[in-house]
Amino acid sequence: MRSNDGKINARSRSALYGARRRRSAVMMILSVGATLLGLGWLVAILGELFWQGFSGLSLAVFTEMTPPPGADGGLLNPIVGSLILTVLAVVIGTPIGILAGTYMAEYGRHDRLSMVVRFINDILLSAPSIVVGLFVYEVMVAPMGHFSGLAGAVALAVIVIPVVVRTTEDMLMLVPDQLREAAASIGLPRALTIMRVCYRAAKAGMITGVLLAIARISGETAPLLFTALNNQFWSTNLNAPMASLPTVIFQFALSPYKEWQKLAWTGALIITLSVLAISIVARTLSASRKSS
Amino acid sequence: MGPAGRPRVVDVALPGEAAAMSGVSSRAKVIERLRLGDKVFRLLTKTAAIGVLIILGGVMFSLIDGSLPALRTFGLDFLLEQRWNPVTEKFGALAPIYGTLVTSFIAMLIAVPIGLLIAVFLTELCPMWLRRPIGIAIELLAGIPSIIYGIWGLFVFAPFLQETLQPFLIATLGNIPGLSVLFAGPPYGIGVLTAGLILAIMVLPFITSISRDVFDAVPPVLKEAAYGVGCTTWEVVRNVVLPYTRVGVIGGVMLGLGRALGETMAVTFVIGNAHKISASLLAPGTTISATIANEFTEAVGDLYTSSLIALGLILFVITFIVLAAARYLLLRIERRIG
Repeated sequence: MRSNDGKINARSRSALYGARRRRSAVMMILSVGATLLGLGWLVAILGELFWQGFSGLSLAVFTEMTPPPGADGGLLNPIVGSLILTVLAVVIGTPIGILAGTYMAEYGRHDRLSMVVRFINDILLSAPSIVVGLFVYEVMVAPMGHFSGLAGAVALAVIVIPVVVRTTEDMLMLVPDQLREAAASIGLPRALTIMRVCYRAAKAGMITGVLLAIARISGETAPLLFTALNNQFWSTNLNAPMASLPTVIFQFALSPYKEWQKLAWTGALIITLSVLAISIVARTLSASRKSS
Repeated sequence: MGPAGRPRVVDVALPGEAAAMSGVSSRAKVIERLRLGDKVFRLLTKTAAIGVLIILGGVMFSLIDGSLPALRTFGLDFLLEQRWNPVTEKFGALAPIYGTLVTSFIAMLIAVPIGLLIAVFLTELCPMWLRRPIGIAIELLAGIPSIIYGIWGLFVFAPFLQETLQPFLIATLGNIPGLSVLFAGPPYGIGVLTAGLILAIMVLPFITSISRDVFDAVPPVLKEAAYGVGCTTWEVVRNVVLPYTRVGVIGGVMLGLGRALGETMAVTFVIGNAHKISASLLAPGTTISATIANEFTEAVGDLYTSSLIALGLILFVITFIVLAAARYLLLRIERRIG
């Protein structure tokens, strides 16, 4: 490289090469180590969760109410509460998300509004969820004067919307323009083209987006703390505070009572299993879409 | 469907009615109706798109509106004072802001190198058949709700740290002048360091998956050329992959930072909720989100509530800036690749 005389240079060059190879080997070993560490952490968390959660899992968990301190009980009311809140949030959030995503991908693909919404949406996507809780507290709980399940559902819907907007837009963008042109050539109006052609072509991806949104909100705690609050008793009244799994886990885990802590672990297991199941279904859906 | 069975527009749009309509005037009516439907649908979608903007505007407005009483009472002192006294109604946000920044800093300090190394492993070393399973596992880690990390941190990780890492740190680094301040005091288990470590685990998947995606986008020709002139794997990563993807990696790191700053539940469990700034990383502290989560429902008095909302506003502004920067950087690399 620098000069071409003598053996010294050759020797130092091979020494240099050896050093470079060693340096590379060290970094590669580090990267393997980092991967093992990352996966090890996953195994440690899931292992502990399964160990603690399954030992508390019984039929009573699904059939009995949350107990007072020191007594046995189950998680029926928070499970039902979580289901109601999640379903309601999806029902409120999905149409808005799909429509907004449709505008950005179909009508205003390159206009200013879409660019701004895209940017804002990406920020909302990772905005701190506790801030969403504060927002809904300010606009719903404070004016109404009391905590309510409905406010909790709205808070979760605000988290659903950006996820659905993003996936809807991405999926509609993937629909080939030839399909739209073909629809236009037989005289199909734009709205019908979108509903009958584009939505059908993008269906799997859009469902995946909704599933991802469900996975995201089913573990959300922070936005529920001061919207839906919590409820020790059975209640399906949307105008009253409502129990949910994450808030019950929060309350029970931080309590000094062994029975409550045990139920917190079990609740955590239920949430994790459902989130994992939903993610896997979503993944299979989008994978089958790619291969077909 | 064969050509004979292909539905006409009218059949698609107005099934049932179509059969009855065949005259010219009814055809015009149908077209009129389709046009109207088109307009309505377009308007609907546009309204929804604007709705997303309104949500963000609403979040901003409600936070500013809610925090006005506190900001009016304390002024700039709110940002500069450490006191947090619900009894005398004197509030300052310095301790939570400090805690938020320090825990996120610890998290990034650990998660960035590890996340990048995992991405290097996945793109350069990992055998093909193993790439997908490991990639999926990392992404599943990202999907686990933060409260799971919280409960694991409280019951498993904090006691573990209290018995192993923390005494070790006190015994070794605690004696080095300069560093001793950071590792002073008894090993509580919970505290700023524990919260930072939990956050590191949480943001690791985000950083890994984004880095992997941008690493994958490096044109193979560039890497092959570098290997061709005799570069080692590390040299290819260091001198070709990283410079090419720098903007994207920084974007991914900022996205992870945005998550870490706003993360609530995982931190609330293990930070200890102490409203004071301690030099020691082993001492309990608090973050903005943990303070809000712990105290909001118990806050009595308008000033207390308003101060907590003001904390939320500060958090939102900080994360907004970080996330906007992240998106801008990621957008730049997307444009270059695409």
